[in-house]
Amino acid sequence: MRYSGFRVIKEALTGHKGWTPAWRDASPQADYDYVIIGGGGHGLAAAYYLAAQFGGKRIAVLEKGWIGGGNVGRNTTIIRSNYMLDGNEPFYEFSLKLWEGLEQELNYNAMVSQRGILNLVHSDAQRDGARRRGNAMILNGSDAELLDTEGVRKLYPFLNFDNARFPIKGGLLHRRGGTVRHDAVAWGYARGADQLGVDIIQNCEVTGFRIENGKVKGVETSRGYIGAKKVASSVAGSSSRVMSLAGLRLPIESHVLQAFVSEGLKPTIPGVITFGAGHFYCSQSDKGGLVFGGDIDGYNSYAQRGNLPVVEDVVESGVALIPALGRVRLLRGWGGIMDMSMDGTPFIDRTPIDGLYFNGGWCYGGFKATPAAGWCLAHLLATDTPHETATAYRLDRFRTGHIVDEKGQGAQPNLH
Amino acid sequence: MIINHPLLGPRDAAEFVYLGDAGLIDRPDWQADDAAQAFHDYMYLRDNPAGLHRELWFHEQGDRSWLVVTRNTVTHEITNVELARDVAIAQGRGQ
Ligand SMILES: Cc1cc2nc3c(=O)[nH]c(=O)nc-3n(C[C@H](O)[C@H](O)[C@H](O)COP(=O)(O)OP(=O)(O)OC[C@H]3O[C@@H](n4cnc5c(N)ncnc54)[C@H](O)[C@@H]3O)c2cc1C
Repeated sequence: MRYSGFRVIKEALTGHKGWTPAWRDASPQADYDYVIIGGGGHGLAAAYYLAAQFGGKRIAVLEKGWIGGGNVGRNTTIIRSNYMLDGNEPFYEFSLKLWEGLEQELNYNAMVSQRGILNLVHSDAQRDGARRRGNAMILNGSDAELLDTEGVRKLYPFLNFDNARFPIKGGLLHRRGGTVRHDAVAWGYARGADQLGVDIIQNCEVTGFRIENGKVKGVETSRGYIGAKKVASSVAGSSSRVMSLAGLRLPIESHVLQAFVSEGLKPTIPGVITFGAGHFYCSQSDKGGLVFGGDIDGYNSYAQRGNLPVVEDVVESGVALIPALGRVRLLRGWGGIMDMSMDGTPFIDRTPIDGLYFNGGWCYGGFKATPAAGWCLAHLLATDTPHETATAYRLDRFRTGHIVDEKGQGAQPNLH
Repeated sequence: MIINHPLLGPRDAAEFVYLGDAGLIDRPDWQADDAAQAFHDYMYLRDNPAGLHRELWFHEQGDRSWLVVTRNTVTHEITNVELARDVAIAQGRGQ
């Protein structure tokens, strides 16, 4: 069924009796050409592009719970192409271009809203850093504008400009960045993939791999054995657990990241703001809630919930930047499990096991990557070569020395 | 989370800084034939288990001692806390 304004009006007039499920609830078949583990944004996007762009057939996505129940439905929905390093920025720019055409391509309203992201700077050194990053972005075809204090004041007059410790000296504005309705991304890709014949199999947990002579033959699941020519793992925070079933140890630690939403307010914050002197970033959802977050809790966790010190830290930073927040009530908070890599950069690569592929290590920034990660994983699965924007995302880069460390923190995942 | 410090008693985890897997105590022998391989694995690869995890915490806002904390990464429950010094000596390091 195609969605359109006409369709909405027709259904409204006929009691909404004509809507059909957006995708089939498929049962597993005995074998597939491609099995993708993980029905998050990345796994569903990979299945969609594999079928739509690379002529892939007999594809299944296996999800242990329900699609969209992982990080794709837990994140703070920010998309941007404002990385600095060569290995990264072309990839994120590719991703942002895919976001720009996504809703037309999928015939699905994902509420892609390019409302602009402002990274604030509070010192001369930070301004130099922002200028350098902005130049790198522009050289890679993205957009960046350096604002002075007055420029920031025009956009956001309510910020605390004269904080004695962290005065606002300006900001780097990335106008094409913004937010997207996160669950709609999972649902839109699921619907698109389903229409191309992909089986989306929920409540199907992968519990093991069948590997013979160094080649993968299929996966053991809670719904029985499923044979496959090629298997890709795309399970975000569960990456180490799933890949350990194939005997692999990864350069990844799992950490919890929290996010929060306030009561609904009238339109207050038109874009996305990030504080440059503490761990806080904020935007406003279309329902009116302020959506905000900060840093990961900082210790290994699979709990999908965090602890109070980080709540306190985020709220303190928020009030330091936007004093008016002091009167706002927090509605709820939640957590998701991040696959933090050793240099803060992801992996889209083959593994030492023939026919087994890995997509992971997305840290807290994999939502914006969803379209490109899906596309590049599909490219790798179909052609056995990396996509031109994802050549740096190798699993063996720590061995060869080709690390991509945007923050320059070294092998300390909780600092990335 | 509350970390029951062996010397100071129960302390708020916010007083501590987290380093990671307690396997970091076992620094490889730099003179061994396979040193390059061993350092790669030591530095970059992690078991990253869901369940019991032995990990290093530094009491930065306190007595500045290193602790080995055994904690469940699924529930955040802490079941054992040792001085990293004692653990290292028991493993025959630091002589
Ligand atoms: C609080 C928070 C805020 C964030 N904010 C942003 C942001 O603003 N911008 C941004 O770009 N990124 C953000 N992220 C990161 C982003 O959400 C993730 O990097 C991204 O969603 C990960 O890819 P995914 O969607 O495929 O993961 P997921 O949705 O987690 O998908 C993985 C799926 O694999 C399934 N799975 C696991 N094990 C198995 C198994 N054994 N068998 C079968 N299935 C299995 C899981 O159930 C899950 O559904 C945020 C994350 C969090 C938690």
